[in-house]
Amino acid sequence: MTDHATDLPSPPALPAKELALKALGVPRGPHYFFYRHSAWVRAAHWLNALCLAVMLMSGLAIFNAHPALYLGNGSDFEHPILSLTAQQNNDGSVTGYTWIGEHFFNTTGILGASREDGQWMARGFPSWATLPGPQWLAMGRQWHFAFAWILVLNGLLFFAYGLWSGHFRRDLTPTRKDIADLPHEIAQHARLHFPHGEAARHYNALQKLAYASVIFGLGPLVVLTGLTMSPTMDAAFPILPWIFGGRQTARTIHFVCAFSFLAFFLVHIAMVVLSGSWNNIRSMITGWYAIGKEPGHG
Amino acid sequence: MAEQTRRSFAARTLAAAGTLSLGGCYDLSQKKWFTDILGSVEVLTRRAQHLFAGPHTLAPEYSKADIAPVFRANGTLDPGTPDYAAHVANGFRDWRVTVTGLVEKPLSLSMAELRALPSRTQITRHDCVEGWSCIGEWKGTPLALLLAAAVPKPAARYAVFYCADPMTAEGDPEHYYYESLPLSEAVHPQTILAYEMNGQTLPVAHGAPVRLRAERQLGYKQPKYLQRIDLVEDFSRIEGGKGGYWEDLGYTWYGGI
Repeated sequence: MTDHATDLPSPPALPAKELALKALGVPRGPHYFFYRHSAWVRAAHWLNALCLAVMLMSGLAIFNAHPALYLGNGSDFEHPILSLTAQQNNDGSVTGYTWIGEHFFNTTGILGASREDGQWMARGFPSWATLPGPQWLAMGRQWHFAFAWILVLNGLLFFAYGLWSGHFRRDLTPTRKDIADLPHEIAQHARLHFPHGEAARHYNALQKLAYASVIFGLGPLVVLTGLTMSPTMDAAFPILPWIFGGRQTARTIHFVCAFSFLAFFLVHIAMVVLSGSWNNIRSMITGWYAIGKEPGHG
Repeated sequence: MAEQTRRSFAARTLAAAGTLSLGGCYDLSQKKWFTDILGSVEVLTRRAQHLFAGPHTLAPEYSKADIAPVFRANGTLDPGTPDYAAHVANGFRDWRVTVTGLVEKPLSLSMAELRALPSRTQITRHDCVEGWSCIGEWKGTPLALLLAAAVPKPAARYAVFYCADPMTAEGDPEHYYYESLPLSEAVHPQTILAYEMNGQTLPVAHGAPVRLRAERQLGYKQPKYLQRIDLVEDFSRIEGGKGGYWEDLGYTWYGGI
Protein backbone atom coordinates (compact mmCIF):
# COMPACT_ATOMS: atom_id res chain seq x y z
CA MET A 1 0.00 0.00 0.00
CA THR A 2 1.35 3.40 -0.91
CA ASP A 3 1.22 6.37 1.41
CA HIS A 4 -1.19 8.15 -0.87
CA ALA A 5 -3.77 5.56 -0.05
CA THR A 6 -3.75 6.68 3.57
CA ASP A 7 -4.83 10.22 2.56
CA LEU A 8 -8.38 11.24 3.32
CA PRO A 9 -10.55 10.56 0.34
CA SER A 10 -10.85 14.03 -1.15
CA PRO A 11 -11.97 15.31 -4.53
CA PRO A 12 -9.17 15.99 -7.00
CA ALA A 13 -7.45 19.22 -5.97
CA LEU A 14 -8.02 22.31 -8.07
CA PRO A 15 -4.89 23.69 -9.73
CA ALA A 16 -5.17 26.87 -7.62
CA LYS A 17 -5.28 24.93 -4.38
CA GLU A 18 -2.41 22.78 -5.52
CA LEU A 19 -0.33 25.86 -6.30
CA ALA A 20 -1.18 27.40 -2.95
CA LEU A 21 -0.13 24.27 -1.07
CA LYS A 22 3.06 24.10 -3.09
CA ALA A 23 3.79 27.74 -2.27
CA LEU A 24 3.30 27.05 1.42
CA GLY A 25 5.77 24.24 1.12
CA VAL A 26 3.59 21.74 2.91
CA PRO A 27 3.92 18.38 1.23
CA ARG A 28 0.49 17.08 0.33
CA GLY A 29 1.40 13.54 1.15
CA PRO A 30 2.72 12.24 4.43
CA HIS A 31 5.73 14.08 5.68
CA TYR A 32 8.06 14.24 8.61
CA PHE A 33 9.80 17.16 10.28
CA PHE A 34 13.54 17.55 10.01
CA TYR A 35 15.41 19.83 12.46
CA ARG A 36 17.16 22.06 9.94
CA HIS A 37 18.37 25.17 11.81
CA SER A 38 19.87 25.23 15.32
CA ALA A 39 18.65 27.84 17.80
CA TRP A 40 21.96 29.74 17.44
CA VAL A 41 21.58 30.02 13.69
CA ARG A 42 17.94 31.05 13.98
CA ALA A 43 18.64 33.76 16.58
CA ALA A 44 21.62 35.08 14.62
CA HIS A 45 19.57 35.07 11.41
CA TRP A 46 16.72 37.24 12.71
CA LEU A 47 18.98 39.62 14.62
CA ASN A 48 21.06 39.97 11.47
CA ALA A 49 17.95 40.66 9.40
CA LEU A 50 16.97 43.49 11.75
CA CYS A 51 20.51 44.92 11.77
CA LEU A 52 20.86 44.83 7.99
CA ALA A 53 17.55 46.65 7.52
CA VAL A 54 18.58 49.37 9.99
CA MET A 55 22.12 49.58 8.57
CA LEU A 56 20.93 49.93 4.97
CA MET A 57 18.31 52.58 5.74
CA SER A 58 20.41 54.62 8.18
CA GLY A 59 23.32 54.28 5.73
CA LEU A 60 21.20 55.84 2.99
CA ALA A 61 20.28 58.66 5.40
CA ILE A 62 24.02 59.31 5.93
CA PHE A 63 24.73 59.05 2.21
CA ASN A 64 22.06 61.72 1.59
CA ALA A 65 24.24 64.28 3.42
CA HIS A 66 26.59 64.15 0.42
CA PRO A 67 25.04 61.95 -2.28
CA ALA A 68 28.14 61.43 -4.41
CA LEU A 69 30.83 58.75 -4.66
CA TYR A 70 34.50 59.08 -5.56
CA LEU A 71 37.68 57.05 -5.98
CA GLY A 72 40.96 57.69 -4.14
CA ASN A 73 41.65 59.40 -0.83
CA GLY A 74 40.11 62.77 -1.60
CA SER A 75 36.87 63.82 -3.30
CA ASP A 76 37.21 65.15 -6.85
CA PHE A 77 33.99 67.17 -6.66
CA GLU A 78 33.97 67.83 -10.41
CA HIS A 79 34.13 64.14 -11.31
CA PRO A 80 32.17 61.90 -8.96
CA ILE A 81 31.69 58.38 -10.29
CA LEU A 82 28.09 58.48 -9.11
CA SER A 83 25.99 61.35 -7.84
CA LEU A 84 22.36 62.24 -7.18
CA THR A 85 21.53 65.86 -7.92
CA ALA A 86 18.47 68.12 -8.09
CA GLN A 87 17.59 71.10 -10.23
CA GLN A 88 15.05 73.77 -9.39
CA ASN A 89 12.91 74.54 -12.46
CA ASN A 90 11.41 77.94 -13.38
CA ASP A 91 7.88 76.76 -12.51
CA GLY A 92 9.00 75.85 -8.99
CA SER A 93 9.12 72.10 -9.58
CA VAL A 94 12.25 70.08 -8.88
CA THR A 95 13.90 67.55 -11.18
CA GLY A 96 16.10 64.79 -9.78
CA TYR A 97 19.03 63.35 -11.70
CA THR A 98 21.22 60.30 -11.25
CA TRP A 99 24.69 60.74 -12.70
CA ILE A 100 26.94 57.82 -13.53
CA GLY A 101 30.19 59.39 -14.67
CA GLU A 102 29.21 61.77 -17.49
CA HIS A 103 25.83 60.11 -18.14
CA PHE A 104 22.69 61.33 -16.42
CA PHE A 105 19.15 60.01 -16.09
CA ASN A 106 15.99 61.75 -14.95
CA THR A 107 15.04 59.93 -11.73
CA THR A 108 12.62 62.51 -10.30
CA GLY A 109 10.48 61.11 -7.51
CA ILE A 110 12.97 58.49 -6.41
CA LEU A 111 16.60 59.60 -6.72
CA GLY A 112 17.87 63.18 -6.56
CA ALA A 113 14.51 64.79 -5.80
CA SER A 114 11.46 63.34 -4.11
CA ARG A 115 8.55 64.30 -1.89
CA GLU A 116 8.97 64.51 1.87
CA ASP A 117 5.65 65.12 3.66
CA GLY A 118 4.20 66.24 0.34
CA GLN A 119 6.98 68.80 -0.25
CA TRP A 120 9.36 68.35 -3.18
CA MET A 121 12.89 68.21 -1.83
CA ALA A 122 16.40 67.82 -3.17
CA ARG A 123 17.40 64.55 -1.50
CA GLY A 124 19.48 61.61 -2.71
CA PHE A 125 17.33 58.68 -1.63
CA PRO A 126 13.62 59.16 -0.87
CA SER A 127 12.34 59.41 2.71
CA TRP A 128 10.70 55.97 2.58
CA ALA A 129 14.15 54.41 2.11
CA THR A 130 16.03 56.27 4.86
CA LEU A 131 16.17 56.08 8.63
CA PRO A 132 15.14 58.49 9.99
CA GLY A 133 12.84 59.47 7.11
CA PRO A 134 13.38 63.25 7.26
CA GLN A 135 16.92 64.40 6.41
CA TRP A 136 18.71 64.16 9.78
CA LEU A 137 22.38 63.21 9.45
CA ALA A 138 23.16 63.25 13.19
CA MET A 139 20.40 60.74 13.99
CA GLY A 140 21.17 58.56 10.96
CA ARG A 141 24.76 58.28 12.21
CA GLN A 142 23.62 57.34 15.74
CA TRP A 143 21.39 54.53 14.45
CA HIS A 144 24.11 53.33 12.08
CA PHE A 145 26.89 53.18 14.67
CA ALA A 146 24.69 51.60 17.35
CA PHE A 147 23.45 48.80 15.09
CA ALA A 148 26.96 48.35 13.65
CA TRP A 149 27.96 47.09 17.11
CA ILE A 150 25.07 44.61 17.21
CA LEU A 151 25.79 43.50 13.65
CA VAL A 152 29.48 42.90 14.33
CA LEU A 153 29.00 41.20 17.73
CA ASN A 154 26.28 38.99 16.25
CA GLY A 155 28.56 38.22 13.31
CA LEU A 156 31.50 37.33 15.59
CA LEU A 157 29.30 35.03 17.71
CA PHE A 158 27.98 33.39 14.54
CA PHE A 159 31.57 32.91 13.29
CA ALA A 160 32.60 31.34 16.59
CA TYR A 161 29.55 29.07 16.53
CA GLY A 162 30.04 28.16 12.86
CA LEU A 163 33.64 27.12 13.44
CA TRP A 164 33.07 25.41 16.79
CA SER A 165 29.90 23.49 15.85
CA GLY A 166 31.11 22.41 12.44
CA HIS A 167 28.25 24.31 10.78
CA PHE A 168 30.63 26.01 8.32
CA ARG A 169 32.52 22.81 7.47
CA ARG A 170 29.49 20.54 7.35
CA ASP A 171 26.89 22.81 5.74
CA LEU A 172 28.71 25.58 3.86
CA THR A 173 31.92 24.05 2.45
CA PRO A 174 31.28 22.89 -1.12
CA THR A 175 32.11 19.23 -1.78
CA ARG A 176 33.63 17.91 -5.02
CA LYS A 177 30.16 16.68 -5.94
CA ASP A 178 28.73 20.18 -5.34
CA ILE A 179 31.25 21.67 -7.75
CA ALA A 180 30.58 18.98 -10.35
CA ASP A 181 26.83 19.54 -9.98
CA LEU A 182 27.08 23.32 -10.29
CA PRO A 183 26.09 23.63 -14.00
CA HIS A 184 23.14 21.30 -13.40
CA GLU A 185 22.09 23.30 -10.30
CA ILE A 186 22.21 26.56 -12.23
CA ALA A 187 20.04 25.08 -14.98
CA GLN A 188 17.57 23.72 -12.43
CA HIS A 189 17.35 27.04 -10.55
CA ALA A 190 16.85 28.91 -13.83
CA ARG A 191 13.81 26.70 -14.49
CA LEU A 192 12.67 27.37 -10.89
CA HIS A 193 13.03 23.67 -10.05
CA PHE A 194 14.17 23.38 -6.45
CA PRO A 195 15.30 20.36 -4.45
CA HIS A 196 12.51 18.63 -2.59
CA GLY A 197 12.31 15.70 -0.27
CA GLU A 198 15.59 14.27 0.99
CA ALA A 199 17.70 16.60 -1.22
CA ALA A 200 16.32 19.61 0.70
CA ARG A 201 18.06 18.39 3.87
CA HIS A 202 21.32 19.86 2.62
CA TYR A 203 22.29 23.13 0.98
CA ASN A 204 22.93 22.70 -2.72
CA ALA A 205 26.01 24.09 -4.46
CA LEU A 206 24.42 27.44 -5.32
CA GLN A 207 23.16 27.95 -1.78
CA LYS A 208 26.57 27.16 -0.31
CA LEU A 209 28.21 29.57 -2.74
CA ALA A 210 25.70 32.34 -2.02
CA TYR A 211 25.80 32.00 1.77
CA ALA A 212 29.58 31.53 1.93
CA SER A 213 30.28 34.59 -0.21
CA VAL A 214 28.04 36.74 1.97
CA ILE A 215 29.37 35.36 5.28
CA PHE A 216 33.07 35.30 4.40
CA GLY A 217 33.22 37.98 1.68
CA LEU A 218 30.57 40.68 1.81
CA GLY A 219 30.21 40.72 5.62
CA PRO A 220 33.88 41.34 6.49
CA LEU A 221 34.25 43.71 3.51
CA VAL A 222 31.37 45.96 4.55
CA VAL A 223 32.72 46.16 8.13
CA LEU A 224 36.31 46.91 7.08
CA THR A 225 35.36 49.56 4.51
CA GLY A 226 33.08 51.09 7.16
CA LEU A 227 35.94 51.29 9.66
CA THR A 228 38.20 52.81 6.98
CA MET A 229 35.94 55.87 6.87
CA SER A 230 36.77 56.64 10.53
CA PRO A 231 39.77 59.00 10.79
CA THR A 232 40.71 57.59 14.21
CA MET A 233 40.68 54.01 12.89
CA ASP A 234 42.90 55.12 9.99
CA ALA A 235 45.40 56.42 12.57
CA ALA A 236 45.20 53.11 14.45
CA PHE A 237 45.42 51.00 11.27
CA PRO A 238 46.95 53.02 8.40
CA ILE A 239 46.87 49.82 6.37
CA LEU A 240 43.08 50.15 6.05
CA PRO A 241 42.95 53.12 3.64
CA TRP A 242 45.99 51.65 1.89
CA ILE A 243 44.29 48.28 1.24
CA PHE A 244 41.17 49.84 -0.20
CA GLY A 245 42.91 52.52 -2.26
CA GLY A 246 41.84 55.50 -0.17
CA ARG A 247 39.03 56.61 2.08
CA GLN A 248 36.73 57.63 -0.76
CA THR A 249 37.26 54.32 -2.57
CA ALA A 250 36.44 52.55 0.69
CA ARG A 251 33.26 54.62 0.93
CA THR A 252 32.33 53.63 -2.64
CA ILE A 253 33.00 49.93 -1.90
CA HIS A 254 30.92 50.28 1.29
CA PHE A 255 28.04 51.61 -0.84
CA VAL A 256 28.38 48.78 -3.38
CA CYS A 257 28.43 46.27 -0.50
CA ALA A 258 25.19 47.75 0.88
CA PHE A 259 23.44 47.24 -2.44
CA SER A 260 24.96 43.76 -2.80
CA PHE A 261 23.31 42.93 0.53
CA LEU A 262 20.05 44.32 -0.83
CA ALA A 263 20.41 42.18 -4.00
CA PHE A 264 21.17 39.12 -1.85
CA PHE A 265 18.11 39.88 0.27
CA LEU A 266 15.82 40.15 -2.79
CA VAL A 267 17.09 36.88 -4.30
CA HIS A 268 16.90 35.24 -0.86
CA ILE A 269 13.24 36.29 -0.43
CA ALA A 270 12.41 35.15 -3.98
CA MET A 271 13.97 31.74 -3.30
CA VAL A 272 12.17 31.43 0.05
CA VAL A 273 8.82 32.11 -1.64
CA LEU A 274 9.43 29.98 -4.72
CA SER A 275 10.68 26.97 -2.80
CA GLY A 276 7.89 26.96 -0.21
CA SER A 277 7.55 30.05 1.93
CA TRP A 278 5.87 28.71 5.03
CA ASN A 279 8.04 25.61 5.26
CA ASN A 280 11.17 27.79 4.96
CA ILE A 281 9.98 30.49 7.35
CA ARG A 282 8.82 27.92 9.90
CA SER A 283 12.19 26.20 9.76
CA MET A 284 13.95 29.52 10.45
CA ILE A 285 11.59 30.28 13.37
CA THR A 286 11.07 26.86 14.98
CA GLY A 287 13.91 24.95 13.38
CA TRP A 288 11.62 22.31 11.84
CA TYR A 289 11.42 21.74 8.08
CA ALA A 290 8.77 19.46 6.56
CA ILE A 291 10.05 16.82 4.18
CA GLY A 292 7.58 14.81 2.11
CA LYS A 293 8.01 11.05 2.02
CA GLU A 294 8.29 9.73 -1.48
CA PRO A 295 5.56 7.25 -2.43
CA GLY A 296 6.76 3.74 -1.75
CA HIS A 297 9.37 4.84 0.75
CA GLY A 298 6.98 5.19 3.68
CA MET B 1 3.67 22.25 17.94
CA ALA B 2 0.15 22.54 16.53
CA GLU B 3 -0.24 24.29 13.21
CA GLN B 4 -2.52 26.89 14.80
CA THR B 5 0.08 27.85 17.41
CA ARG B 6 2.77 28.10 14.80
CA ARG B 7 0.64 30.42 12.70
CA SER B 8 -0.15 32.72 15.61
CA PHE B 9 3.55 32.80 16.49
CA ALA B 10 4.28 33.95 12.96
CA ALA B 11 1.56 36.58 13.22
CA ARG B 12 3.03 37.91 16.46
CA THR B 13 6.50 38.05 14.94
CA LEU B 14 5.18 40.02 11.99
CA ALA B 15 3.33 42.40 14.30
CA ALA B 16 6.50 42.97 16.33
CA ALA B 17 8.39 43.68 13.11
CA GLY B 18 5.66 46.15 12.18
CA THR B 19 6.35 48.31 15.24
CA LEU B 20 9.85 48.81 13.88
CA SER B 21 8.52 50.19 10.62
CA LEU B 22 9.49 53.62 9.31
CA GLY B 23 7.19 55.69 11.48
CA GLY B 24 8.19 53.70 14.54
CA CYS B 25 11.88 54.38 13.95
CA TYR B 26 11.24 58.09 13.55
CA ASP B 27 9.25 58.15 16.80
CA LEU B 28 12.04 56.24 18.56
CA SER B 29 14.55 58.84 17.33
CA GLN B 30 12.67 61.44 19.38
CA LYS B 31 12.30 59.40 22.59
CA LYS B 32 14.75 60.36 25.31
CA TRP B 33 15.27 56.82 26.63
CA PHE B 34 16.19 55.65 23.15
CA THR B 35 18.57 58.50 22.34
CA ASP B 36 20.15 57.91 25.77
CA ILE B 37 20.93 54.34 24.66
CA LEU B 38 22.40 55.65 21.41
CA GLY B 39 24.44 58.11 23.50
CA SER B 40 25.90 55.33 25.63
CA VAL B 41 26.88 53.50 22.43
CA GLU B 42 28.86 56.63 21.52
CA VAL B 43 30.88 56.19 24.74
CA LEU B 44 31.48 52.52 23.84
CA THR B 45 32.65 53.51 20.35
CA ARG B 46 34.99 56.19 21.75
CA ARG B 47 36.53 53.81 24.30
CA ALA B 48 36.97 51.04 21.72
CA GLN B 49 38.59 53.39 19.23
CA HIS B 50 40.91 54.81 21.90
CA LEU B 51 41.86 51.27 22.85
CA PHE B 52 43.08 50.65 19.29
CA ALA B 53 44.38 54.12 18.43
CA GLY B 54 45.99 55.03 21.78
CA PRO B 55 47.15 58.60 22.42
CA HIS B 56 50.05 58.65 19.96
CA THR B 57 49.19 56.97 16.63
CA LEU B 58 49.34 59.41 13.74
CA ALA B 59 46.75 60.07 11.06
CA PRO B 60 48.11 59.11 7.62
CA GLU B 61 50.17 61.85 5.98
CA TYR B 62 50.41 62.31 2.23
CA SER B 63 52.75 63.78 -0.37
CA LYS B 64 52.51 67.16 -2.10
CA ALA B 65 51.21 65.40 -5.23
CA ASP B 66 48.11 64.33 -3.27
CA ILE B 67 47.06 67.89 -2.34
CA ALA B 68 43.55 68.65 -3.62
CA PRO B 69 43.43 71.32 -6.36
CA VAL B 70 40.19 72.57 -4.79
CA PHE B 71 39.84 72.16 -1.03
CA ARG B 72 36.18 72.59 -0.16
CA ALA B 73 35.47 75.24 2.47
CA ASN B 74 32.51 74.29 4.66
CA GLY B 75 30.51 75.88 7.48
CA THR B 76 31.20 79.58 7.99
CA LEU B 77 32.98 81.05 4.95
CA ASP B 78 33.31 84.54 6.45
CA PRO B 79 32.27 85.46 10.00
CA GLY B 80 30.94 88.73 8.57
CA THR B 81 30.96 90.74 11.80
CA PRO B 82 32.27 94.35 11.85
CA ASP B 83 34.83 93.23 14.41
CA TYR B 84 36.13 90.44 12.16
CA ALA B 85 36.12 92.74 9.11
CA ALA B 86 38.33 95.17 11.03
CA HIS B 87 40.77 92.32 11.78
CA VAL B 88 40.87 91.40 8.09
CA ALA B 89 41.46 95.05 7.17
CA ASN B 90 44.56 95.37 9.34
CA GLY B 91 45.96 91.95 8.51
CA PHE B 92 45.07 90.38 11.89
CA ARG B 93 47.76 92.43 13.64
CA ASP B 94 45.53 92.79 16.74
CA TRP B 95 44.23 89.19 16.71
CA ARG B 96 45.10 87.30 19.87
CA VAL B 97 44.90 83.66 20.81
CA THR B 98 44.47 83.14 24.53
CA VAL B 99 44.81 80.11 26.77
CA THR B 100 42.63 80.44 29.86
CA GLY B 101 40.81 78.46 32.53
CA LEU B 102 42.43 75.70 34.55
CA VAL B 103 46.03 76.71 33.83
CA GLU B 104 48.82 77.99 36.07
CA LYS B 105 49.97 80.63 33.55
CA PRO B 106 47.26 82.04 31.24
CA LEU B 107 48.64 83.01 27.82
CA SER B 108 47.80 85.67 25.27
CA LEU B 109 49.67 85.56 21.98
CA SER B 110 49.61 87.72 18.87
CA MET B 111 49.83 86.02 15.47
CA ALA B 112 53.47 87.16 15.22
CA GLU B 113 54.24 85.51 18.56
CA LEU B 114 52.44 82.32 17.50
CA ARG B 115 54.40 82.20 14.24
CA ALA B 116 57.67 82.68 16.13
CA LEU B 117 57.13 79.39 18.01
CA PRO B 118 58.31 76.05 16.58
CA SER B 119 55.91 74.76 13.94
CA ARG B 120 54.77 71.47 12.43
CA THR B 121 53.85 71.03 8.74
CA GLN B 122 51.60 68.13 7.78
CA ILE B 123 49.81 67.00 4.62
CA THR B 124 46.67 65.34 5.84
CA ARG B 125 43.19 64.27 4.82
CA HIS B 126 40.26 66.34 6.02
CA ASP B 127 37.18 64.13 6.53
CA CYS B 128 33.84 65.89 6.67
CA VAL B 129 30.98 64.34 8.66
CA GLU B 130 28.98 64.56 5.41
CA GLY B 131 31.24 61.97 3.82
CA TRP B 132 33.69 63.82 1.56
CA SER B 133 37.45 64.24 2.00
CA CYS B 134 40.11 66.74 0.85
CA ILE B 135 43.87 66.57 1.25
CA GLY B 136 45.74 69.73 2.22
CA GLU B 137 49.01 70.93 3.73
CA TRP B 138 48.85 72.69 7.07
CA LYS B 139 51.50 74.57 9.02
CA GLY B 140 51.01 75.66 12.60
CA THR B 141 52.01 75.62 16.23
CA PRO B 142 51.55 72.31 18.05
CA LEU B 143 48.89 72.92 20.71
CA ALA B 144 50.94 70.73 23.08
CA LEU B 145 53.62 73.47 23.14
CA LEU B 146 51.14 76.14 24.17
CA LEU B 147 49.54 73.93 26.80
CA ALA B 148 52.92 72.97 28.21
CA ALA B 149 53.75 76.69 28.54
CA ALA B 150 50.41 77.39 30.20
CA VAL B 151 50.82 74.45 32.63
CA PRO B 152 47.37 72.81 32.98
CA LYS B 153 46.08 72.29 36.51
CA PRO B 154 45.46 68.67 37.52
CA ALA B 155 41.67 69.16 37.32
CA ALA B 156 41.78 70.17 33.62
CA ARG B 157 40.15 67.49 31.42
CA TYR B 158 38.97 69.26 28.28
CA ALA B 159 40.12 72.04 25.99
CA VAL B 160 37.21 74.22 24.84
CA PHE B 161 37.80 76.24 21.67
CA TYR B 162 35.99 79.57 21.21
CA CYS B 163 35.71 81.08 17.74
CA ALA B 164 34.83 84.40 16.08
CA ASP B 165 32.09 83.13 13.74
CA PRO B 166 28.53 83.85 14.94
CA MET B 167 26.13 80.96 14.33
CA THR B 168 22.76 82.68 14.68
CA ALA B 169 20.78 85.07 12.53
CA GLU B 170 20.75 88.77 13.38
CA GLY B 171 18.64 89.69 16.38
CA ASP B 172 19.12 86.39 18.19
CA PRO B 173 21.24 86.16 21.29
CA GLU B 174 24.81 85.78 20.12
CA HIS B 175 26.10 82.26 19.77
CA TYR B 176 29.52 81.69 18.36
CA TYR B 177 31.01 78.46 17.08
CA TYR B 178 32.72 76.48 19.80
CA GLU B 179 34.14 72.98 20.14
CA SER B 180 35.97 70.84 22.65
CA LEU B 181 38.46 67.99 22.76
CA PRO B 182 39.75 65.81 25.57
CA LEU B 183 43.17 66.96 26.76
CA SER B 184 44.75 63.77 25.37
CA GLU B 185 43.65 64.70 21.84
CA ALA B 186 44.58 68.37 22.37
CA VAL B 187 48.22 67.40 23.00
CA HIS B 188 48.37 64.88 20.12
CA PRO B 189 51.41 65.70 17.93
CA GLN B 190 49.20 66.42 14.88
CA THR B 191 46.92 68.81 16.79
CA ILE B 192 48.14 72.22 15.66
CA LEU B 193 46.97 75.83 15.52
CA ALA B 194 47.29 76.20 11.75
CA TYR B 195 48.02 79.61 10.23
CA GLU B 196 49.17 78.40 6.80
CA MET B 197 47.39 76.21 4.24
CA ASN B 198 49.12 74.82 1.15
CA GLY B 199 52.07 77.19 1.71
CA GLN B 200 49.87 80.32 1.83
CA THR B 201 48.55 82.44 4.69
CA LEU B 202 45.33 80.78 5.87
CA PRO B 203 42.42 82.14 3.74
CA VAL B 204 39.31 83.64 5.35
CA ALA B 205 37.09 80.79 4.06
CA HIS B 206 39.31 78.27 5.88
CA GLY B 207 39.41 80.13 9.20
CA ALA B 208 41.91 83.03 9.02
CA PRO B 209 44.03 83.89 10.81
CA VAL B 210 44.23 80.58 12.72
CA ARG B 211 42.22 77.35 12.98
CA LEU B 212 42.57 74.07 14.78
CA ARG B 213 43.75 70.94 12.99
CA ALA B 214 43.10 67.70 14.91
CA GLU B 215 43.81 65.10 12.28
CA ARG B 216 42.24 62.04 13.91
CA GLN B 217 38.90 63.85 14.08
CA LEU B 218 36.13 64.83 11.67
CA GLY B 219 35.98 68.38 10.31
CA TYR B 220 33.47 69.77 12.79
CA LYS B 221 35.93 69.06 15.64
CA GLN B 222 38.48 71.42 14.00
CA PRO B 223 37.12 74.94 14.50
CA LYS B 224 38.12 77.96 12.45
CA TYR B 225 38.61 81.67 13.45
CA LEU B 226 40.10 80.52 16.75
CA GLN B 227 40.36 83.06 19.60
CA ARG B 228 40.41 81.31 22.95
CA ILE B 229 41.34 77.92 24.35
CA ASP B 230 39.75 77.38 27.74
CA LEU B 231 40.76 74.41 29.89
CA VAL B 232 37.87 73.06 31.93
CA GLU B 233 36.94 70.15 34.15
CA ASP B 234 33.59 69.65 32.43
CA PHE B 235 31.56 71.45 29.77
CA SER B 236 28.02 70.68 30.90
CA ARG B 237 27.34 74.35 31.80
CA ILE B 238 28.82 75.81 28.62
CA GLU B 239 26.26 76.84 25.96
CA GLY B 240 23.99 73.81 25.30
CA GLY B 241 26.13 71.62 27.53
CA LYS B 242 27.11 69.06 24.88
CA GLY B 243 30.62 70.35 24.21
CA GLY B 244 30.22 72.01 20.84
CA TYR B 245 27.99 73.90 18.43
CA TRP B 246 27.05 70.83 16.39
CA GLU B 247 26.91 68.63 19.48
CA ASP B 248 24.26 70.95 20.92
CA LEU B 249 22.29 70.22 17.73
CA GLY B 250 22.51 66.44 18.19
CA TYR B 251 25.84 65.43 16.67
CA THR B 252 28.05 63.15 18.73
CA TRP B 253 30.75 64.74 20.86
CA TYR B 254 33.11 61.96 19.83
CA GLY B 255 34.17 62.89 16.31
CA GLY B 256 36.67 60.15 15.48
CA ILE B 257 34.17 58.19 13.38
